[in-house]
Amino acid sequence: MLGEGILKGLAETAKNFFGSYVSKERLTTVQYPEERIPTVENARVFPFLVYDGPDWEAGLRCVSCQICEKECPPKCIFIEKSKDKKPDFVGKMQFYPVRFDIDTSVCMSCQICVEVCPFDAIRMNTGFELATGDRFGGLLLDRKHLAHSNEYYHSIHPTEAAEVDARRAEEKAAAEAKAKAAAEAAAAKAAAAPAAAPAPTKQPAEGGS
Amino acid sequence: MKTVEEIKAAIEAAVPGAGVEIVLNPGPAAQHSLRLAPESALAVATFLRDDADLALDHLSNVTGVDWPDKEIAEKVKVTRTVAKTVDGVEQQVEETVEETRKRVEPGCLEVVYHLFSVAKKHGPVVLRMRTENRSDRVELPSMTHIWRSADFQEREIFDLYGVVFKGHPDLRRLLMWDEFKDHPMRKDYVEPDDYEYEPTPHDHVLARAQEHQKKIEAAGNKE
Amino acid sequence: MNVVDTKSEKHEGWNLPPAVAPDGEGELLEVSMGPHHPSTHGVFRMDVTLDGERVIRLKPVFGYLHRNHEKLAEGQTYLASIPYTDRLDYICSLTNNWAYALAVEKLAGQEVPERAEYVRVILGELTRVQNHALAVGFLLQDMGASGTPLMYGFREREEILDLFETLTGSRMMCNYMRFGGCRVDPTAEWLERARKIVAKLPKFVDEFEALLIGNEILIARTQGTGILPPDLAVNAGVTGPVLRASGVNYDLRKVDRYSIYDRFDFKVPLGEHGDVYDRFMIRLLELRQSLRILEQALKDIPGGPVMDPKAKIRNFRPKPGEAYGRIEAPKGELGFYLISDGGPNPYRYRVRPPSLINLTILEDMCLGQNVADVVLILGSVDIVLGEVDR
Repeated sequence: MLGEGILKGLAETAKNFFGSYVSKERLTTVQYPEERIPTVENARVFPFLVYDGPDWEAGLRCVSCQICEKECPPKCIFIEKSKDKKPDFVGKMQFYPVRFDIDTSVCMSCQICVEVCPFDAIRMNTGFELATGDRFGGLLLDRKHLAHSNEYYHSIHPTEAAEVDARRAEEKAAAEAKAKAAAEAAAAKAAAAPAAAPAPTKQPAEGGS
Repeated sequence: MKTVEEIKAAIEAAVPGAGVEIVLNPGPAAQHSLRLAPESALAVATFLRDDADLALDHLSNVTGVDWPDKEIAEKVKVTRTVAKTVDGVEQQVEETVEETRKRVEPGCLEVVYHLFSVAKKHGPVVLRMRTENRSDRVELPSMTHIWRSADFQEREIFDLYGVVFKGHPDLRRLLMWDEFKDHPMRKDYVEPDDYEYEPTPHDHVLARAQEHQKKIEAAGNKE
Repeated sequence: MNVVDTKSEKHEGWNLPPAVAPDGEGELLEVSMGPHHPSTHGVFRMDVTLDGERVIRLKPVFGYLHRNHEKLAEGQTYLASIPYTDRLDYICSLTNNWAYALAVEKLAGQEVPERAEYVRVILGELTRVQNHALAVGFLLQDMGASGTPLMYGFREREEILDLFETLTGSRMMCNYMRFGGCRVDPTAEWLERARKIVAKLPKFVDEFEALLIGNEILIARTQGTGILPPDLAVNAGVTGPVLRASGVNYDLRKVDRYSIYDRFDFKVPLGEHGDVYDRFMIRLLELRQSLRILEQALKDIPGGPVMDPKAKIRNFRPKPGEAYGRIEAPKGELGFYLISDGGPNPYRYRVRPPSLINLTILEDMCLGQNVADVVLILGSVDIVLGEVDR
């Protein structure tokens, strides 16, 4: 019969239309912005800088190595290296960025800066409601806007942040143990030196164990 | 699937004087290719398509490669006679000196074809052709009459590299607009100075914008 | 099945579009369809010459979305091009990543761990499902079935995009595959969720078929429209569902057996007439075959790493040489041709775009048809302008 196919199709549409009143599965839309789907853990929008401790400026993990600036495909990162150094989390002296800008009108959220960062300093943010009235200044984020605490990082990417923290704690412990061993070796050397003044000690870590 | 050597032998048997060269690929992919002489390329291509064993009926990919003029510096040992004072006596002494000589290897435009067989389900067979130079002798025969898939791809190469395909039914620019000069995919292509100023606070952007402004003003004064 | 007769003598120019003569009554009308036309799937223009309703000449015009992707890639590292490949065919970013990764792996001679291959197949087939659902939806949209079938396609695509987001962090610009594996390892929960969604999808295809297949309007509009003969299709380099709708059995998953496709049991659906209806049906049938592959892959996926431990992310410099790698992307054969000179950037980087090359025969299919069918034929080729213009 001509029109049978059309009627069948219409029956399908009607099933879905009335079904959407009773079945959650057939009602697929969400009334944004009143209703929101929770952001997934892996989501990425624009990068941010992680800092440890209460002070954002002192705690920035970034050591201004400029790898991300070089690797960024659309070249949206702009870094200026500091002249002086300050200690990082394991106590090693490192540079820090005096200027770190990301032009989010250019950034394409590809996450390559995160992947190449050897210091776990740059991570992806999940906030997406970033509209601004100022096309140029409003989309250029500087150091202060980019800095977010480690707690914030934990709140948006808990699994990844826990992994990073565990790794950093391990590194720190290793560095501390090494520093301790070195200090003890130096102390032992100092103690041994006056006793046997003429003979130069060749054994480096005699009492280090 | 025949090896490149076997394909070369088959071509030479079918098209006498074809002038096919094997180009080895040193990488791990080991997709070796055959370089055709442009004069006999159409006959060879027709043979490759119609031969019962090869049956390369699917021209998958056509692309251009630019090889600019290369300046090669090589060290040459030169022996020459120099006047020298040895033990207070002036003598003619032969001396060997290393000299760096520069020689320019002329560049060319290359077109690469990747052929597969739908009927026999094998491939790829890679063909290459070179133009004589990069400026005025850039003509190559068009494969459009043998494989239609070369149609848009040859137009693209004409557009982006400047290879002129003789016998192409409709050789126009494909991606750039018709009034466009130059060929953007060539290695020595210089971007036109049509920089748009956007007030970002980055110093190098500002510097470039000011430079551009100066050029415009200088051009304006001349007129 | 092999319908291609390669031995027959072909006269000069047999493969070029035939000249269609106007009937001599009235004037010819030149229409510029596009570039801003809702049916052109982006910014694409066709210069059409009409004799009444009949098309007597059609020239596609490209370049409105041209950004010289190849030049950009030659100026940056191999890694930095991956996010740009997402933007070629922006509906199927994962298969673009895959094709590029495959070509680079061929170029550098890298191995991929088994689990990573499975993940790639799963994501590639999910991409195919969502692309075909969308392609059918848009084809019907072009035909005038405004909205309803498209929203059916979108509903299931949404679930798959959510899966992509959970794994890769982005719904469309996934940037997921790397040379020698994949970026992140899917968790057990993710795989479980994927299994649930895949189990639900056949029901969706049933609904889609009930909605569309028997529809008399669809049949009247599509059957016998835009016929593509198989020998011309092969000669013109047409690949993917469009080629198979013409009855040519050429699926790279079966022919090249790249990755691990030889482990799965699936069929290659073939068309008979090569018209718009066949191209529409092929996509629905392929969708079912993709679901079969997905079921098997999700069942068999082994443990282990998803990234070759020897693979380098930074300072990646393949040895001098060249490679051409291709995969069966949802739209056809997507190939990447790379030449390395040993440096950190590729010397030559070429994309073989299936969307562009499938348009070669657009004029042949449209000649003599009504102007309303041009829209339909273009829709059945399934193009994405990000890939056509690059």
